[in-house]
Amino acid sequence: LKIVVCIKQVPDSAARIVAEGGQVVLGDALLVINPWDEYAVEAALLCMEAAGGEVIAITVGGEGARDILVKEALAKGCSQAILITDPALQNADSQAIARVLAAAIQKIGEVDLICFGRQAIDGDMGVTGAQTARLLGLPFISLVSAIPTCGPDVLKVERSIDEGRQVVETPLPAAISVGKDIGEVRIASFINIRKASRAVIPVWNLADLGLQTPASLVSWPAVTNPPARQVTTEMITGNSPQEIAEKLADKLMAEKVL
Amino acid sequence: MMSTSILVFIDQFNGAALPASWESLGVGRSLAIKLGGSVACLVLGSGAQRVASEAFAYGADAAYFSEDPTLTGYRLEPYAAMLTKTARDLAVQVVLFPTTGRGRELAATTAIDLQAGVMPDVTAIDVQDGQLVVTRPVYAGKLLAQTLASGPVQIVTTRTRAFEKPLADPSRQGSPQAVDAVLPEADIRTRILELAAARGEVSLGDAAVIVSGGRGVSNNPALQPPAGLDEKAAEIWRAQQGFKLVGELAAVLGGAVGASRAAVDAGYVPYSHQVGQTGKMVSPDLYVACGISGAIQHLAGMRTSKYIIAINKDPDAPIFKLARFGVVGDLYAILPAFAEAMRKRLGK
Repeated sequence: LKIVVCIKQVPDSAARIVAEGGQVVLGDALLVINPWDEYAVEAALLCMEAAGGEVIAITVGGEGARDILVKEALAKGCSQAILITDPALQNADSQAIARVLAAAIQKIGEVDLICFGRQAIDGDMGVTGAQTARLLGLPFISLVSAIPTCGPDVLKVERSIDEGRQVVETPLPAAISVGKDIGEVRIASFINIRKASRAVIPVWNLADLGLQTPASLVSWPAVTNPPARQVTTEMITGNSPQEIAEKLADKLMAEKVL
Repeated sequence: MMSTSILVFIDQFNGAALPASWESLGVGRSLAIKLGGSVACLVLGSGAQRVASEAFAYGADAAYFSEDPTLTGYRLEPYAAMLTKTARDLAVQVVLFPTTGRGRELAATTAIDLQAGVMPDVTAIDVQDGQLVVTRPVYAGKLLAQTLASGPVQIVTTRTRAFEKPLADPSRQGSPQAVDAVLPEADIRTRILELAAARGEVSLGDAAVIVSGGRGVSNNPALQPPAGLDEKAAEIWRAQQGFKLVGELAAVLGGAVGASRAAVDAGYVPYSHQVGQTGKMVSPDLYVACGISGAIQHLAGMRTSKYIIAINKDPDAPIFKLARFGVVGDLYAILPAFAEAMRKRLGK
């Protein structure tokens, strides 16, 4: 199988991020692989191990995004990695990125399966996977939690839906997004990271993909800090758990929350 | 006849609308007042006709439905095809979805078909110069982004519980109209082989009350795990005893059980309970945090809750800064006493 996994570099989830003058200020936030994409890499590698073939990791980002291709893709066992970078993509929206990814996947050619994370924890859009699949005319199955059958011609997956679990089958090629319940992700060893850091990572720009700057329809003219939570914390104390519980229950009833 | 400016996707399951669907329809109604035109909705799958007939009371001017067998279980391809065709036929300016699992991917997909900008998971909507200006939480709610979509069609998904559910107005009535399915079965590639519904748990996103447990739930030294468990198994056993107390309080309050990432990663409860940046973003009326210190990822997922109660052993836990009421103490003693005190007051 030829499997592509799309990953993104984002500020760490523990980073303090603020708005200044309408702009996002990342400060000294650590840049890491989008946590959801770790499950996509894991699912891609599990499929490769089950069905044979190769996994190609791709990312759209700056030069710095090379770091996640090395540590989170190649060092974990992906066969190849490609960095897509172009100054014209600075303010690209999800749909423009989906067009770039679709073009890259077409350039790679004969791809059987594309894996995405659920959403990126920076823009929190959660649409790129579905949009890339649509542009390629492929079926898209979201929030996959297990992959009982992977190829050669069909993909059978379990997925989480609002009401429970669905088992779905589709012919390949197809695209999926992967949820956290796919299982624990593997950790790259230092030796493998060192080996991976010597790999040659091809760099593609828009011209290499035969694209003009794709149109971005969605923009964020301004970002703000959310209003501070107006709350005075009242500590409830007492001589016994029962006394505390009774006081807390009275306070809660008085606030008419329920 | 007045032209239709807004189409709302009503997400439903077996004849019951997801609560977030009516919230979206309410948003559609208020946008129609600002943009002009009327509001149509589309309901698909088994039970769709019944849901479509309810939609008038919640603000729809027209309700279209299909119970075609190809739409019985949810699949993206045939549902997206229905939405795209309906939006094109009605020539609407705005397509609204609830931010459910289905709503978000349908919005993404129809945005490609309609060459429209998509703005998912919005918490506020305004109209300026005939265009939508929305507010979206980004970086898990650490920031709010004022967001615009250019082009003639705008697609929005509304965050669950961010907008009021409209009051049903029984004087508003109408007849739902059946529409034909767009894709024949032969053109749909995905097949549903099985559906296992979850046991009637309250869904986290919709819950008005959430009681959550964290790492601290396993810290009861007084509990003696059964003999023969290794250290990890004993820890999980302890945590499960703690989560029983969390669950009992949730049951008394009619709420759902949540958990911190630490509790999920440690294997105490399944991932479906996780609240926070890599779990569910929630906004209940009441959030009770038990043994949760308040890591930034967790706070990002629940900071918009109306009232927060924190119960923690550590008086310096950051969660107390967001809490209206705080209790420093042993949750193993406090939780059962609090559940009992609330049971008396709520007459349960």
